[in-house]
Amino acid sequence: MMERGFSRRDFLKAGCAGIAGAAVFGAAGCGGGPETEGAGVAGLTSRKDIRLVMVTHGSASDPFWSVVQNGLKQASKDLGVEVEYRAPESLDVVDIQKNMEAAIASEPSGIAMTVVDPDALSDLARQATGKGIPIVVLNTGQEVWEEVGAITYVGQTEYDAGVEAGKRMAEAGVESALCINQEQGNVALEDRCNGFSEGLGGNVKELAVQGTDPTAAQNAIKTELNNNSDVDGMLTLGPQGAIPALQALKSTGKGQALKFATFDLAPEVLQAVRDGDLLFAIDQQQFLQGYLPITFLTTYVQYGVSPVNEVATGPRFVTRQDANDVIDLTKQGIR
Amino acid sequence: MAQSTTGEETRVREVGVLRRWLTRPELAAVAGAILVFAFFAVVAGDSGFLTGGGTATYLEVAAQLGIVAVPVSMLMIAGEFDLSVGSMVGAAGMIIAIAVSQYGWPLWAAVLLSFLVALGVGFFNGYVVIKTGLPSFIVTLGMLFALRGLTIGFARLLTARTQIGLGDAGSGSLLTSIFAGSIGVFSASIIWWLVLALLGTWVLQRMVFGNWIFGVGGDAIAARNVGVPVNRVKIALFMCTALSAALLAAIQVLDAGSADVLRGELVELQAIAAAVIGGVLLTGGYGSVIGALFGALIFGMVQQGIFFTGVSTDWFQVFVGVMLLVAVLFNNIIRKRASEAR
Repeated sequence: MMERGFSRRDFLKAGCAGIAGAAVFGAAGCGGGPETEGAGVAGLTSRKDIRLVMVTHGSASDPFWSVVQNGLKQASKDLGVEVEYRAPESLDVVDIQKNMEAAIASEPSGIAMTVVDPDALSDLARQATGKGIPIVVLNTGQEVWEEVGAITYVGQTEYDAGVEAGKRMAEAGVESALCINQEQGNVALEDRCNGFSEGLGGNVKELAVQGTDPTAAQNAIKTELNNNSDVDGMLTLGPQGAIPALQALKSTGKGQALKFATFDLAPEVLQAVRDGDLLFAIDQQQFLQGYLPITFLTTYVQYGVSPVNEVATGPRFVTRQDANDVIDLTKQGIR
Repeated sequence: MAQSTTGEETRVREVGVLRRWLTRPELAAVAGAILVFAFFAVVAGDSGFLTGGGTATYLEVAAQLGIVAVPVSMLMIAGEFDLSVGSMVGAAGMIIAIAVSQYGWPLWAAVLLSFLVALGVGFFNGYVVIKTGLPSFIVTLGMLFALRGLTIGFARLLTARTQIGLGDAGSGSLLTSIFAGSIGVFSASIIWWLVLALLGTWVLQRMVFGNWIFGVGGDAIAARNVGVPVNRVKIALFMCTALSAALLAAIQVLDAGSADVLRGELVELQAIAAAVIGGVLLTGGYGSVIGALFGALIFGMVQQGIFFTGVSTDWFQVFVGVMLLVAVLFNNIIRKRASEAR
């Protein structure tokens, strides 16, 4: 019958247990409520619940949109969100409408879209925002993104890029130029040519060639150059036009007299820039047009934040000095 | 030999040489070619159409189409269609470019691989047509989409791009001179075209295989009953069309230095058009390779001719369509007048 009061040792034990317990509870409490693994700030939802759909007018076989898709995939990997890409095989606004309707019906966390035809697509965009699906407009649609209720716009309109190209060519001394369209019917390319015409000051002749047949395109350009000796500038709208044009210039021997520039990058194009056959190549940095909309939609859905203005991704002019640095990136489909 | 009292044979009439030649299927398209040439000579004569350089431009385009049109016309004479040749051009080109640039294969090995794949695809086409009994139109239409899709899918999967260059592998190689070289201003593809046309004509006119082709196209069942190996003939012809598509792909890739997933678009329809312009019947059993040669020539002249006339290229497709119709109608008129009884 050893009844003793609390000894000092007991106090010590109790105290240690109490402190340890408090430390454990405290640590658990400090962890905070719903926590995403290692992602830092939790926000309104978790990354793995975010699914984004990109609806554009660029088909899988178009080299420009191939780079956009690479940006999209990289963003999906970096941010840990699920993405889908929907585009028709050829520019058909009705197909784009159907893709948009299907996207809205699948109730994604957000939609990134191009507004190629405002009359056809604005209503669908407003329908999406009305249902609480945030939208980011990319590439085409700079004039309408605010009125359809999109969060922001990422890109460079083709028309403005064309105007810049025209101004640069005019500065280089070009007075009369050819604009080679390798895919007639592609609205984006027509905008580039029209912008170029305005930027240069009007003396631009548009020549349509078959981009899918390099031999026919090359011969057509050769014939045109031979028959129009007063032309001192040429602009192509993509590698499918630029590569046959380079060969046509070589075989007509007009390379020196003619100032030649192009849109969009490809290794062969950059080599020509580096060697001085091309005055400049225009990079719209469309990788960012695939990457940034996903980033902005994710941060909006998760944290409720977004840019208050548009984000311009171009045009960035690649000239002789920087051509070499870019070639490797082009080979990987990033620029 | 009994002679009539007037001293001449009255039952057999002398037919002029010109008439006799105009009724041959080979030369059905010559009239159309002369018409188209005359049109451009008159309308665009001073813009370089008649110069050597100008001639080389449309001959090169005609030759590249003609290379595919030769076996396609032979297949049509045998009564089948191959709509997948266009996609085969794109696929073969991609195989060459990816093998060389991604996997470091030597150029000759990559070209050989593309030819072997083409033979495989041709065999597959023929085999499915024979085993299922489905119209070749449908089977090869399915292959048109499937091949194009495989090309795009694999190109993006393996390289993340849709347009792939050969890099330095193509320059200076012997293969480049053979496929894509030139003699003066005239490109090597013209020689390939003429050689293939001569080979095709020889097979059709002088070899038993040619007889078999006509027999199969005329009436496959009757031909089989007579002992013609119908299946083997058809499969062989499908393999030939696919191989010619791979040849065109090699020429284009070595010439341009790069491959693109959309190359060869519409080539299948253009080849059929060249064959039909050249007198090959859509129902099979009649026609000639020389006719397809002139058909391809007409096509090349019409396609490149618009650039000599200075007409806005917005009207390109209208131009091509109308001129083709005119050429075919003219062919028909001449042939009918030459062959009708007088």
